[in-house]
Amino acid sequence: MKTKNIIIFSFISSFFLVSLISIWKILVTLQGIKLENFNFQIIFLLGFLVSLAHVIIGNKLNYILKLIIFSLIFIFIDGYLIQSMPIWYNIGVFLILYFFINKIKKFNNKILEEEHSTQIIIFDFLTLFGIVLFSFVILFPFYMMVVTSFKTQIALLVNPLDFSINFAQGFKDLFKSYFIIFKSYKFGKYILTSTIVSLGTVFITLVFAIPAAYAIARLNFFGKTFLSTSILIIYMFPAIVLVIPLYTVFSQLGLRNSIEGLLIVYTATTLPVAIYMLQGYFKSIPKELEEAAILDKLSWFGIITKIIIPLSIPAISSVALYVFMIAWNEFLFSLMFLDNPNSFTLSRAIQYLSGDAETPRQYLMAGSVIVTLPVLFIFVYFEKYLVSGLTAGSVKG
Amino acid sequence: MNDTLAKTEKRTAYVLTLPAVFLVFAIVLFPIFANVWISFKEVELKDIRIPEPRAKKIVKSISGETTKIKILYKLRNSSLLQEIRDVTFQDKYPKNFQPKDLDKRCEFKKNKLNCKFGNWPAKYRENFEVIFETKDGSNVSKKEIKSIKPKLKGKSDNILLNTKFTLKNFKKVLFENEFIDLLLTTFYYTFFGTVGSIVFGILTAQMVNQKFFGRTFMRSVLLFPYVAPVVALAYTWELLLDPNSGTLNSLLINYQIIETPINLLGQKYIAVNILGFDFKLRLALTTVIIFEIWRYFPLAFLFILARLQAIPKELYEAADVDGASPFQKFFKITLPQITAVISILFMIRFIWNFNKFEDVFLLTGGASGTRTLPINVYQQGFAISDIGTGSAVSIVIVILLLLFMFFYFKLLGKRVDEN
Repeated sequence: MKTKNIIIFSFISSFFLVSLISIWKILVTLQGIKLENFNFQIIFLLGFLVSLAHVIIGNKLNYILKLIIFSLIFIFIDGYLIQSMPIWYNIGVFLILYFFINKIKKFNNKILEEEHSTQIIIFDFLTLFGIVLFSFVILFPFYMMVVTSFKTQIALLVNPLDFSINFAQGFKDLFKSYFIIFKSYKFGKYILTSTIVSLGTVFITLVFAIPAAYAIARLNFFGKTFLSTSILIIYMFPAIVLVIPLYTVFSQLGLRNSIEGLLIVYTATTLPVAIYMLQGYFKSIPKELEEAAILDKLSWFGIITKIIIPLSIPAISSVALYVFMIAWNEFLFSLMFLDNPNSFTLSRAIQYLSGDAETPRQYLMAGSVIVTLPVLFIFVYFEKYLVSGLTAGSVKG
Repeated sequence: MNDTLAKTEKRTAYVLTLPAVFLVFAIVLFPIFANVWISFKEVELKDIRIPEPRAKKIVKSISGETTKIKILYKLRNSSLLQEIRDVTFQDKYPKNFQPKDLDKRCEFKKNKLNCKFGNWPAKYRENFEVIFETKDGSNVSKKEIKSIKPKLKGKSDNILLNTKFTLKNFKKVLFENEFIDLLLTTFYYTFFGTVGSIVFGILTAQMVNQKFFGRTFMRSVLLFPYVAPVVALAYTWELLLDPNSGTLNSLLINYQIIETPINLLGQKYIAVNILGFDFKLRLALTTVIIFEIWRYFPLAFLFILARLQAIPKELYEAADVDGASPFQKFFKITLPQITAVISILFMIRFIWNFNKFEDVFLLTGGASGTRTLPINVYQQGFAISDIGTGSAVSIVIVILLLLFMFFYFKLLGKRVDEN
């Protein structure tokens, strides 16, 4: 029973180590270093032996001593005998082993004798493996986006695997693509348009949504239930079925290629979810406050501006951030309604840029970085608000 | 007293909700009904421009005679298809102007020239000339004349408003454009995208629900694909998957896993051999589905994580006392607790993936077997510029959506009853 557990443990943990080292190797390859083999078998064998030795030696050896000995043997075999690698590669491997041995520290003879030890091992390492893998899979495209924007066309063609950033070339050369898209492709203007459209949408949506949400949350009127259910249904209807009629009407009214047109459409499409989110919050505000206000003869306008809005700043901010994000990221309507480069939003401008096969990819990526950064920044900074917005809104396209 | 209070309350409610309701109705509900109308018409993109009478004003001086001037109007019907009826023309001139040899259709009154040009057929063109003379013999300033623009008006049929209907568009959609294939592709895309994103959502939520170093950071990172703009992500993926110099193919070749690059977004089928059975995999469609899963599993993750954190800890403690294994705990406690969330997520994501346009459009443009219904709306309406057929496809989408929603609300109603 125990030997079986030790072997299973060694097997699974070394599998985890292989995945860690493989990801490291991919990253190293992308720095332009020639590395053509993962050496799965050897790494796996080494990892297996390390785990095995760890359990067998147990506490007879000092933990730090154990760590250093294992790592050095590993590095010696992997980094010198099989292939000679630069020193920073080996430092990376050392750190991975440090992390790995730290993780397997808690598995000693005692735990391996427990009833469900196999499942605990699988569960633990699967979690670790998942965290590493998902971080890699998610962050890798973002990493690619940023790094590509710093490269030159020639460098990308000569070695498509060399993503090392040459910091020695100076600020101007490093950010060359950014300078070019601002100078020759008018990205400054597109940023301005996108900002105006997004902020405008937020503002108008709030102006329309707050009173409506207040009415639905507090007042009794005919058609209230119908209104609140139809809000949900309307929200489910996709932009793509609205496009053709809106296109025809906007063409005839001359609203295409105009910021006003975009503002109208964005506001109308974000209103249902904004109302839905706000009315939920308004309902949670104690009614007594308003009753006092009514006795003071405050009008509905006074109630909303003096009581409701100050009390629901958190909800309003999350709606505002959520709406901003939708408007900033929106692509379909800007594709349909804008065909004059003077009125492009950022998303549309990048798509337009990509339409020309001659456009170097680093420009495209520089544009992508510019459109992505504000959203990610806002998201990380205001995560608490935005997450509650996302869960309540729940169904952004 | 109470009655009037209720009345004012009602009135206030209408005042407060009306602007929002009006806007949403105009922009969301009206187009859905307009689609029905357009889908029964034979309309093309070029038809929706309203025909306009136009005039280009050219001022010419006559050599040797400084007090006279010739004004040429290049008149035309902007439409290549439709006639304009009862065209009227008006232009203003300086006060001292007097026309010579005026056209019969026109009359001159108070510095204004009014003309009735009658009906203009499609593509109509005419060069209309007037010669003016100053009454007091003073010289003519060209600039002043040029700055005034003539006004033209005319009546025309709006092709969208007439009552000619046809079933042609629906025939085209249902019988000509490989409709079954279109439906199947949409279904594959929707179904596998939804299931995949939920499976990965469960896995990641289960992961993040445990304590480890950098957990909050991990939670933010997992949401990145969902909050970042689709345009940026799609082009980054395109770059990553490019067959010629894309990173993925270069890596695979570098590690000798494949010999020739695979065009992941441009190849319709790939032969796969699993357990001795050869079959053809829809390659581009699979890639697009993987992108969709990558982009939308964060939403499932967020929902399921919120639900996981609400599960009472006592359940797990009790299970520990009973000696349950981690897998037993997952299948017996966690999974039953999240089924409600999963079923709601499934419906929501299913409906939204069904409508998804941007992702596929940006990655493949609907080529190599990735044409879904929303892509077809765009292709019919704007690429082939057959608006009527595009609308008919929209109608098909709306009908299918209503069906889904019917089931969704039935299910939701059931859930509400249960709780």
